[in-house]
Amino acid sequence: MQEILQYIFSGITNGAIYAIIAVGFSLLYNSTEIINFAHGEFVMIGALSLVTLWGSFHLPLPLAFVLTIVVVSGTGLLFERFAIRTVKKPDHIVLVIITVGASIFLRGIAMLIWGKDAYSIPPFSSNPPIDIAGARLLIQSIWIIVISLLSVVALYFFYNKTLTGKAIRACAINKKAAWLTGIPSGKMVMLSFVLSIGMGAVAGLIIAPITMCSYDMGTMLGLKGFCAAMLGGLGSLWGALIGGFILGILEAMGVGFVSSSLKDAIAFVLLLLILFIRPGGIIQSKDVQRF
Amino acid sequence: MLLVKNLKCYYGRIVAIKGVSMSVRKGELISLIGANGSGKSTFLQAICGLIPGLEGEITFEDVSLKGLDPPAIVQKGISMVPEGRLVFAPLTTLDNLKLGAYTIYRKKLHKYVKKDLEMVMELFPILRKRAYQQAGTLSGGEQQMLAIGRALMARPRLLVLDEPSMGLAPLLVEKILETLVMLRNKGLTILLVEQNARAALKISDRGYVLETGKIVLQGASSDLLADVEVKRAYLGKDYAEFYEGRA
Ligand SMILES: Nc1ncnc2c1ncn2[C@@H]1O[C@H](COP(=O)(O)OP(=O)(O)O)[C@@H](O)[C@H]1O
Ligand SMILES: [Mg+2]
Repeated sequence: MQEILQYIFSGITNGAIYAIIAVGFSLLYNSTEIINFAHGEFVMIGALSLVTLWGSFHLPLPLAFVLTIVVVSGTGLLFERFAIRTVKKPDHIVLVIITVGASIFLRGIAMLIWGKDAYSIPPFSSNPPIDIAGARLLIQSIWIIVISLLSVVALYFFYNKTLTGKAIRACAINKKAAWLTGIPSGKMVMLSFVLSIGMGAVAGLIIAPITMCSYDMGTMLGLKGFCAAMLGGLGSLWGALIGGFILGILEAMGVGFVSSSLKDAIAFVLLLLILFIRPGGIIQSKDVQRF
Repeated sequence: MLLVKNLKCYYGRIVAIKGVSMSVRKGELISLIGANGSGKSTFLQAICGLIPGLEGEITFEDVSLKGLDPPAIVQKGISMVPEGRLVFAPLTTLDNLKLGAYTIYRKKLHKYVKKDLEMVMELFPILRKRAYQQAGTLSGGEQQMLAIGRALMARPRLLVLDEPSMGLAPLLVEKILETLVMLRNKGLTILLVEQNARAALKISDRGYVLETGKIVLQGASSDLLADVEVKRAYLGKDYAEFYEGRA
């Protein structure tokens, strides 16, 4: 019992991270139908930026947070502006391949900046773990869960309550109609990139203290996030959240009860299963209920 | 107000508009009629900036619209009610209308939006009732009203409509067209594209008849309405379609 609880804690923690990465995939897919295979690299840049800004430069944590998000979102902006928007014939498949290229490029740049070493930073706060029915819950886990849930709630409000959020949705619903209504759809696409990649940055921030951060950490995280997004239903905000937590918990159970060598396989088995059984994901996102 | 000179539009190697010239003066209600596939929608899309690589001249209030994208043209004062309404189905009626005012919000003219919302809801009282319903759940007629309302929210000086009567029952068509007359009487300039020639000519000042990308007839609507050629070519068909349940 105590063991199960421990696995659930670790599952929820990882799940929250997968969820927020999945949200990044989903919200970009929603507005552009692009799957950004460089998304994981932005998570990596987020984590390593925090390592540098907080770990090495000793900036105050909130400042390091903000700067990291600005840096990563800025990189995302450049990415959209120069790698995506300049494409002459923007077929989706071409753009998706560009994102694959971008991921290799970003990994290379990161290796030049941070080298091949792995870094670690302390948790955001140094309180001891909480004991719940014999299982230990790390304070960093609470940070992770709270920050990722808050981010999703903030996004939900943005898309449902603000004019700009609704304008992005309008573009996703019908680009031509949105354009004719006076909504600059190009800007909305750019904003979607920035938001999506900003979510990647947040994922990088919260994961940094519980993992070894290195230039090649992003690929696996990106793939896991992608699996979670597919699992929940690509394009759905809540689906991404659900998919992330399910993946995290199943992974923790698999590792705990079967073998730790199973960890990475679980995501891909789940991905295959969902594609066979319910290709639209758990929350099948029709146009009506994407956000 | 709107001046089009020798406009040519292409879809790849197909020429959809083959040199059209026309004008709309301030305060006029102009109808552009023609059979299915004659190029009406293409012509409107060209005005609104949706057709890349067009030839000829389009000027609005003496400013060339060439090379502008649709949002820029909305800002210049032309709003389109697109063919098939294209309301944002998952969003509420109210959100659809507010998005119509996107350019107004961006100009920081929030105070107009409230007034305009009120104006649209006076115009189409049913929209007030449907304010918090998803636009996709509205009936065809209500969606058409919403599409018109959304276009009006941008405070256009020229309203262009692409087949607003499409798929609506005769009574509703009448209601929509009456509204257009009312708007015109309040000073709005309107360019109405219709396949339903009779109904359009009845309410408009002047008309143009488009056939395979060319204007084949033009003049005062009453003259066009009387014109036998038009009658034979379009009105007969209109009635046929009417009875088959299209109009
Ligand atoms: N996207 C498109 N690609 C290629 N041809 C098109 C396209 N849209 C319209 N056309 C062609 O252009 C002509 C005019 O079409 P359209 O402007 O839609 O006519 P209307 O609105 O009068 O029915 C038609 O022959 C149609 O087949
Ligand atoms: Mg048409």
